[in-house]
Amino acid sequence: MAVATPAVAEAASRTRNPVLAFGRAQPLGAVSLVAIVAMMFGGIFAELVAPYDPLAIDFGSMLAGPSIEHWFGTDAFGRDILSRVIYGARTALVIGFTSSFIGSTAGAIVGTASAYFGGRLDSVIQRFVDILLSFPIIVLALVVVAVLGRTLVLGIDVNLIFAIAVPILPKVARVVRAAALSVRAMPYIDAARAAGYSHLRIIVRHMAPNLVAPYIIMLTAYIAQAILLEASLSFLGLGVTEPTPAWGLMLSGNASDFFREAPWMILFPGIAISVAVFAFNLFGDAMRDWLDPKFKL
Amino acid sequence: MKRTALALISAAAMLAFAAPAAEAQTPKRGGTFTFAISAETPNYDCHGSDTYATLHFSAPFYSTLLKFNLDKYPEVTGDLAESWTVAPGLLTYTFKLHRNVAFHDGSPLTSADVKATYDRLRDPPAGVVSTRKATFADIDRIETPDPYTVVFKMKAVNAAMLEHFASPWNCIYSAKRLAEDANFPKTNVMGTGPFIFTEHVKGSHVAGKRNDKYFRQGLPYLDGFKGVFMLQAAAMLNAFQGGQVLAEFRSVSPAERDRLVQAMGDKVRIEESSWTLNLLVVFNVEKKPFDDVRVRRALNLAIDRWGGSQGLSRTSTLRSVGGVIRPGSPYATPEAELVKLPGFGKDINAARAEARRLLREAGVPNLSFTLHNRNLAQPYTPGGIYLVDQWRQIGVTAEHKQFETSPYLAAMSSGNFEVAIDFSNLFMDEPSLGLAKYVSFDKAPQNLSHAIDRELDSLFDKQVRELDMKKRIDLIKAFEKRLFDQAYQVPLLWWHRIVPTNKVVMGWKMSPSHNLGQDLAEVWLNQ
Repeated sequence: MAVATPAVAEAASRTRNPVLAFGRAQPLGAVSLVAIVAMMFGGIFAELVAPYDPLAIDFGSMLAGPSIEHWFGTDAFGRDILSRVIYGARTALVIGFTSSFIGSTAGAIVGTASAYFGGRLDSVIQRFVDILLSFPIIVLALVVVAVLGRTLVLGIDVNLIFAIAVPILPKVARVVRAAALSVRAMPYIDAARAAGYSHLRIIVRHMAPNLVAPYIIMLTAYIAQAILLEASLSFLGLGVTEPTPAWGLMLSGNASDFFREAPWMILFPGIAISVAVFAFNLFGDAMRDWLDPKFKL
Repeated sequence: MKRTALALISAAAMLAFAAPAAEAQTPKRGGTFTFAISAETPNYDCHGSDTYATLHFSAPFYSTLLKFNLDKYPEVTGDLAESWTVAPGLLTYTFKLHRNVAFHDGSPLTSADVKATYDRLRDPPAGVVSTRKATFADIDRIETPDPYTVVFKMKAVNAAMLEHFASPWNCIYSAKRLAEDANFPKTNVMGTGPFIFTEHVKGSHVAGKRNDKYFRQGLPYLDGFKGVFMLQAAAMLNAFQGGQVLAEFRSVSPAERDRLVQAMGDKVRIEESSWTLNLLVVFNVEKKPFDDVRVRRALNLAIDRWGGSQGLSRTSTLRSVGGVIRPGSPYATPEAELVKLPGFGKDINAARAEARRLLREAGVPNLSFTLHNRNLAQPYTPGGIYLVDQWRQIGVTAEHKQFETSPYLAAMSSGNFEVAIDFSNLFMDEPSLGLAKYVSFDKAPQNLSHAIDRELDSLFDKQVRELDMKKRIDLIKAFEKRLFDQAYQVPLLWWHRIVPTNKVVMGWKMSPSHNLGQDLAEVWLNQ
């Protein structure tokens, strides 16, 4: 009879803890997860973490360099850049998560439906996806923003979220369709059909659980794209508007006038964007390796 | 002998420096002048517009009756008018027109065209907007005794009528075209100006070619011009440094000026002036709670103009604190009296305490609203950022929304906003012009607060008729007091104009208004 020693039990428990197991298997992914959690913590608890109000103007401290009072310096309005970077994480994460979720979910639904029903519907959907894929992601987002304009809800531009979600949709649809086609060919799907289950039940109960892995991988990976796209649109004056703290916006406007005298105005928001995008990309890669059985061979 | 030799050397040296300068002042013909316009006009009609975007686009294609002499600003000089007389009593103005003027379609300009233009300005037909309606309300009738004489008969004395005739917004249109379609100038360009319209590529540029039949002999010097729409300041600066554009006539910010000077050295010419232009905060009195004077007054009191002036003037084109007339002009309220007016005091803590009390009293202590603004970097964005911060300090949340010029103006004119940043775009310091924007909405459509205030109207009329300067100044002060007490629309800060031109651009003249001198007739390229 095998008796589990405390060390073995601890190891087993550690292995059962998915976060720890993920950390051991994907150390780079774990580091990126720490960065993402730190960003989320900063964004959610910005009021507690940020040393200053990000909107507070202080002309007495205009363009001040990094110091004990202002770790990241101040901008042309004397606003604390560290506080704006922390609050900017909120903007980036809200827009990044929401648009990636909407784009990925819509893409997954379209991709699954396309694969499941096949035939003419699949052809029509895939040609539409081809059209969307033919546009560079930033161009497609620019077009959507230009057409829809701005609609602010609780300070967040919902049209901007939609504009970022639209270019994500076809990419996820294409990937999920590929996965769904192989699931559809499984005998249990034929069995479910033979049993007379409805299309909705077959898709939701029997196909969707097998598509969760690619969906989560795409969702995570496109958060980085969405953050970058939000920053790009804000930089171009089509995203978030002043005085909302947003990383891309912090790189434009007055920053382009004063980056020579006050390089910290572009340095820290730039680093924030890079770290966020890098972290989400690494995390997405790690998730893919972690969840996809093919990578476990 | 030695002294003579020294004198000769000095004289020779002076000539050596003077000769190129004299040569440089001799205009050269030819070339296409490309300049930047930082906004695109929503339409082509000068009469209904208040934005430079229309004038920088349209002015080269049109003439006006009189214009300002920028060498002796604010003196006026003739444009289409060859000469004029003003009858004693200031009730009759007679203009003799140049006889050799033709529209770009070849038809001759006559007094009928001037009459049709001014009738449209003072009494626009249904469907036509004239933001100069209040300005020309004193015209009783316009007579045209012969094709080259126009007589304006006034209902009442207007002390500044000649200056109003020199307004750059009074583009003279063809009577025939107006009779066919009163809105013809909104979508078509056809004037008597030094340049003939060739194309408007939306989102890109406007272009014109030399009018060989222009009535001023020898002008224009240029073969043509191209006004390139450059909404992004960074793009404009790069284009300027690269020589793709040779001027930006509105203004750049102090930081942008420094960047150009640093990058271009002696190849760039910088000219600066105070500016007959201010930013206004407008409360739409047709929207609640801005129909309540306590709310408007509170929001006005919360703005620290003096502190804002110090900070914003370092990074933006905003600079001076002033009332409704440009600070420093003879009619402007001096600082000692200005600080006694609501919103202009220097004890900002006391003002904000009073503002909070007024908001509580009005039942909106945690007021929130949308601040409608234009998406021009200078100075609308810094103005918006500053206002949001100022109101935040009395517990008010303003959501800042910025729009491109066309949708911005459309929402403003339709009253589709709560609080907005507007502008008072003047071309002279004359109070009858400066105060007209605050007259009741039914008399002055450019009053975007939509307020009706007969007390202001009465004070406006009295100061227009008053020929005694001291009495007129007293009336203007009373007007300002009433205006700031009611706070329908209040000045934020006056602007400072900084114009960069490439040194090859010659013949353009700087003034305190970016609306003046934009017909480009005397501009030439020294290359």
